Amino acid sequence: MSRIVGIDLGTTNSLVAFMDKEGPHVIPGPDGQTKVPSIVGLTDNGLIVGEPAKAHLIRDPSRTIYSVKRFMGKGLDDVKDELKYFPYQLHEKNGVIRIEIGDKTYSPPQVSAMILKELKRRAEEYLKEDISRAVVTVPAYFNDSQRQATKDAGLIAGLEVLRIINEPTAASLAYGLQKKTQGLIAIYDLGGGTFDISILKLQNGIFEVLATNGDTHLGGDDFDQRLVDVLVDDIFHTQGVKVGAYPDLMQTVRLEAERVKVRLSDEIQTMAVIDLPNGTYEKMWTRENMETLVMDLVDRTLAPCRHALKDAGLTASQIDEVILVGGSTRMPLVWRKVEELFGKKPHSELNPDEVVALGAAVQADILGGHTKDLLLLDVTPLSLGIETMGGVMSALIRRNTTIPTSAKEMFTTYVDGQTSVDIHILQGERELVKDNRSLARFQLKLPPLPAGVPRVEVSFLIDANGILHVTARDIRTGEAQSVQVKPSHGLTDDEVEVMIRDSFQFAAEDIKVRQVIEARNEANAIIVATEKALVRGTHLISDKETASIRRILQQLGDVKAEDDHRLIRTKITEVEKVTHHLAEMLMDATLKEALESKKLSDVIK
Amino acid sequence: MDHQQPTTSTARQLPMARSMCWHCQSEVTGEYLCGQCVKVQPLSKDLDYFACFQLPRLLSINEQQLEQTFYELSRTFHPDFYSTKDESEKAISLGNSAFLNAGYRTLKDPIQRAEYLIRLEAGAVKDIRSNPPADLFEEVLELQEDLETFRQLAPNGGSSELEALRKKLQDKRDRLEKRQAEMEASLQSQFKQWDLLQGLPPLSSQAREEKNSLLHDMQEILSHRTYVRNMVNDLLETTG
Repeated sequence: MSRIVGIDLGTTNSLVAFMDKEGPHVIPGPDGQTKVPSIVGLTDNGLIVGEPAKAHLIRDPSRTIYSVKRFMGKGLDDVKDELKYFPYQLHEKNGVIRIEIGDKTYSPPQVSAMILKELKRRAEEYLKEDISRAVVTVPAYFNDSQRQATKDAGLIAGLEVLRIINEPTAASLAYGLQKKTQGLIAIYDLGGGTFDISILKLQNGIFEVLATNGDTHLGGDDFDQRLVDVLVDDIFHTQGVKVGAYPDLMQTVRLEAERVKVRLSDEIQTMAVIDLPNGTYEKMWTRENMETLVMDLVDRTLAPCRHALKDAGLTASQIDEVILVGGSTRMPLVWRKVEELFGKKPHSELNPDEVVALGAAVQADILGGHTKDLLLLDVTPLSLGIETMGGVMSALIRRNTTIPTSAKEMFTTYVDGQTSVDIHILQGERELVKDNRSLARFQLKLPPLPAGVPRVEVSFLIDANGILHVTARDIRTGEAQSVQVKPSHGLTDDEVEVMIRDSFQFAAEDIKVRQVIEARNEANAIIVATEKALVRGTHLISDKETASIRRILQQLGDVKAEDDHRLIRTKITEVEKVTHHLAEMLMDATLKEALESKKLSDVIK
Repeated sequence: MDHQQPTTSTARQLPMARSMCWHCQSEVTGEYLCGQCVKVQPLSKDLDYFACFQLPRLLSINEQQLEQTFYELSRTFHPDFYSTKDESEKAISLGNSAFLNAGYRTLKDPIQRAEYLIRLEAGAVKDIRSNPPADLFEEVLELQEDLETFRQLAPNGGSSELEALRKKLQDKRDRLEKRQAEMEASLQSQFKQWDLLQGLPPLSSQAREEKNSLLHDMQEILSHRTYVRNMVNDLLETTG
């Protein structure tokens, strides 16, 4: 059986990890970096993902997608307030957001699938085996649609998602395994786009989640945005430049805002530097400035913490340990606020960027049957119910119920000969249907009989992934009835099928782009090396030879901008051939130098 | 069914849905897993939560034992341990796990535990019916009206009318909270009484009557308590 990997599919960065006998490990890329920026760029030749796409963001912002996690399982209406911040076009089809880049349209699960594929490839290269199964993490406060969208992303990427696991719970697994943490713990997880708080009881290998709460629209992105708004304003007043008019400049400002924010976690002040069309903008920012800007956002995390404590039936003082997870918890302000609330110092012994991926790898190992002594008992974050008369939601499964869990509801008819009942499934804590999240609708078929005679029992089952399954059974006949649930904000099975097929088609194109990137990187390395060699060794070769090396090098410089990896490779070989003599001469010279600087006795020793 | 004897089944002897393994058809001897093919077996539809957790059918329970059994059975049934098994086994593990979780949730909370036990017992005692609490009904309606007025006045702030209403609602909340506490105290003593009755020798008709009337009283208070608690919650939500 092939290995199961653990994946942290984050708003800003994503990671992949695996577990062996020594424990969980995050898999680094060829550059040694463990984080893959969750950014996808469309070039003329196909897609690029991660670090190369980050550079693409400034070159071609309208064709670069970031923070796609914010759109998972959502409709356009859900994100209308932040549309202005995104450089790409969005529209909606069948309740699902679609992202337009270039002449192509992608759903958020497709974009997430591109990131998953990159992680899959990274794991396959590192582990030297095919990877087809994974555990993928989501914010604990993700609803059913968002979880389903994540599962769809896995399918499209060619990964069977064996389990969706909550990010804070994943973190607790890593702590429980590696730090032997026990007792009542609170995991405060503030990431790039989402906030979660989970209260757990850890005891003899059982990780029981008592309560969870959060905000799926609050994170480091929002902190950056606050600073961006202020910078844009200041740039206009001091330099007269309207940043909004230049999409590429806007992205430069965004990246600089992120950099400044990160610096201010370690330093008291730092300089914001932005190249403008008419000069350079420079401004000193202090940590105090930054904290004032985001104070209310950090305060917004406190109410969910109190709710979670209340639902767990605990007071803050009963919590043994408070653990911080997620990159945004590096801010000293967050530490202070959390300490104030819980009355004890929080800690983050394990790397807050990596701990979720590590926990996902532990869960993968449990599912693989290798780790047998640990068991996670998680909860559903939101109440599940159906619409009843008067637009009121009637709850069937309460929030913070341990999953898997199920509820049954009996349906009958009000009119003679009625053959169907419309059922509307909702998630949320409010009384009225309109204030809750619509998950799905379906039509229950009933036999044409006098009113009140038909009896059909509908089972709502939330599985261990937090995903809902609906089944129906006619009580009179005992027969099961198939239920065609239409998701309110999700892809249909048919759509996912098509996307899986498309994804295989694109795979060929993706390989091409990858080859170009690799060839280009190699060309860059060889140009730098040859330039250096020419500086050191021109006197060793003839002027004619130098000229011909320069000529070929120039040609390589020209073709590397093009998207033909074969052409780049050919030129690289030519450069290697033409510099062969120079390399030899340099080697001789170096050897001679080394010998000359030494006594004979040193050399023959 | 015999409800008089506290359930005394020992660990690993939960009733299964069938005495024959669904997979290899060999006889299942009271284990969760088939002795022949090691496939997980579905729990019996007739199994109640008390029996599932090997607890006597009483209202005061050993909470530590409940938790311990819950963890132990979770290690047997949780879907995490079946993710690489075939679909039938996955489905059984899912069903058993969902039942286990519902049972744990119900028995952990003293009120839900009592409501559940009354439902179980009511199977034998058909005439238990809770009367709609007429006085409470009036109170619920009046409160809804006051809360609605409060919601309309609140955004404009500080009028004397609002302050008077706030005072009135605060008094009401104090009264209701006191009432809830009283109800819970009397429930506590009824729970004790119920548990004592269970320890008595087989029922005389007098004991049977005593038991039925106690069930009836408990159910009434439980139902009234729900109304009172909902009112308190509404008050908390609106007035803060």
